[in-house]
Amino acid sequence: MLRALPRDGDNFFRRASFASAGLISVLMFALMASLVVGAWPALHKFGPGFFFSDDWNPVTEQFGAANALYGTLVSSFIAVLLALPVGLAVSIFLSELCPQWLSRPLSIAIELLAAVPSIIYGMWGLFVFAPWFGESFQVWASDHLADLPVVGTLFQGPPMGVGLLTSGIILAFMILPILTSLIKEALSTVPNVLREATYGIGATQFEVIAKVLLPAVKGPIFGALILALGRALGETMAITFVIGGAQTIETSLFMPATSISATIAEQFNEATGQLHISSLIGLGLVLFMITFVVMGTARVLLRRNRK
Amino acid sequence: MKQLLKGVVLSCAVVGSGAAMADTVINGAGATFPYPVYAKWAEQYNKETGVKLNYQAIGSGGGIKQIVANTVDFGASDAPLDKAQLDKEGLVQFPAVMGSIVPVVNLQGIKAGEMKLSGSVLADIYMGKVKFWDAAEIAKLNAGLKLPHTPIYAVHRSDGSGTTYNFSDYLTRVSADWSKTVGTGKEVAWPKEAHQLGGKGNAGVANFVKRTKGAIGYVEFAYAKTNNLTYTQMQNKAGAFVMPTMEAFMAAAANADWAHAPGFKLILNDQPGAASWPMTAATFILMHKEQANPATAKEVLKFFKWGYEKGDNLASELEYVPMPDNVVKMVEDMWRGDIKSDKGQAVYQ
Repeated sequence: MLRALPRDGDNFFRRASFASAGLISVLMFALMASLVVGAWPALHKFGPGFFFSDDWNPVTEQFGAANALYGTLVSSFIAVLLALPVGLAVSIFLSELCPQWLSRPLSIAIELLAAVPSIIYGMWGLFVFAPWFGESFQVWASDHLADLPVVGTLFQGPPMGVGLLTSGIILAFMILPILTSLIKEALSTVPNVLREATYGIGATQFEVIAKVLLPAVKGPIFGALILALGRALGETMAITFVIGGAQTIETSLFMPATSISATIAEQFNEATGQLHISSLIGLGLVLFMITFVVMGTARVLLRRNRK
Repeated sequence: MKQLLKGVVLSCAVVGSGAAMADTVINGAGATFPYPVYAKWAEQYNKETGVKLNYQAIGSGGGIKQIVANTVDFGASDAPLDKAQLDKEGLVQFPAVMGSIVPVVNLQGIKAGEMKLSGSVLADIYMGKVKFWDAAEIAKLNAGLKLPHTPIYAVHRSDGSGTTYNFSDYLTRVSADWSKTVGTGKEVAWPKEAHQLGGKGNAGVANFVKRTKGAIGYVEFAYAKTNNLTYTQMQNKAGAFVMPTMEAFMAAAANADWAHAPGFKLILNDQPGAASWPMTAATFILMHKEQANPATAKEVLKFFKWGYEKGDNLASELEYVPMPDNVVKMVEDMWRGDIKSDKGQAVYQ
């Protein structure tokens, strides 16, 4: 048997890997199909309105995804917005400025952040971060920022500590490792010749980073950002703890809200009505589609740059 | 290789059958609300009899689904099923233990048991009609109490729960507005006019109330007590203000009319009697009428019989209210009459 392999080995290997790849696609379509089937009663009853209605009332069996969709998108957007500058700075420091002896332990420390289970982030967020954040930043912000034109509405509301902004910040912590390691990886692929040449014509370190390195890895940074966004969109446990569990759409970032994953996590256990369960599966379908599109875009962008 | 495999299979079989012989295991799943008391009972009962109870607190909805699908020996639900639903699925239901819900507040200078609330004011608070703590409606009930001009934050459960079911049921009974606009459910659409904040589980609500000045929430009494939260007095159906005490919970249970509740579907909220606490709720056990495995069914019933008789103290230690003797008698009569083996023999004598 073993001796026969070299002759047919290539062929066998090709078929086996093709079959595995095929299996993944089949699985994904099966997943999508079962979500559509599960969500069908809700989609049939509410039509396209399911995606736009902010009515979520289990008592009267009126369901709409808008509240959860809004909370998911806004909290993830805040997370990416906050994590990007920090992630950029950290990865530039690690790959360009940091002395050798510090670079490894620091990288490991950042990657360990990714190993922290999300429920730990949730508990830390609820018991440690949220009370502090409410008493310090939110009180200050509602005194100083709430009266500003336009942006003021973002900071109005009671300093409860939990809500959209808090969720965004906790998410930012959670996506920082993936963002940092991907950007660092991209920076390390820039040929050294390029750096040396730029220093050679008398550029400062800042100019090398800002004018040569960053433009060279623009694509991967964007790809990393979208991968991180995908992570943020699907996060469940941490968000469930700190978002405040309210089915509303508010302009203020301090107000409690909900996300798709949090709504599913909190209501699925006790949902008994068929329409309620179906609507929760419908929320799952919405999340699946969003992350699918986001991750797909990221992959395309990352690949294009690699070529 | 073959011998090794044989050995493994054999030893697995021996271990498996050994475990099955050594102790009887009963499986249940459902409500999270009574989980602490079932867990305590199971531990003690196992010590006394060697019978093991495996209870998974997956929520009332899950409990109902699992008993209907016949994957567990009993299901547990905080919200009782209708007689019609029970008959359709061939189930019986009986109350196992009771618990009570108390409003808790966070207001400077106000101690536990000092503030008085009525059902309709509580409903108005959660509907955002009463927005400040010094509003006339609250002041009227609390002459002599210094109420601050602080906005009210209404904290609710963000997860679907039996506690919310019983709380919203109470508000439905005492407030016509609430019943019209919100209604009863394990999860309801909380009125947006109030400052609403949702906490996950009793612990989440307790945490938010403890931390937010001007907050009000509702939790099981055990959580109010262990977290040192400021509970309030409530006005009951008879118009009297009562403190949340074991006596008041027992009074509500004793005044309830179990004898005229088909399928033991009875919600204990807003019961008559001057001493009754108005938010008291039983949690229920669901079993099949026809038992394919009468021996296990008998073990389940023996377990709950033990819980009624000897589990009283354990229940009250955890701030649950034991079922009164007359109700236990009715439940046992139902067991004798309704739960049969597939050959038609009574499972419980």
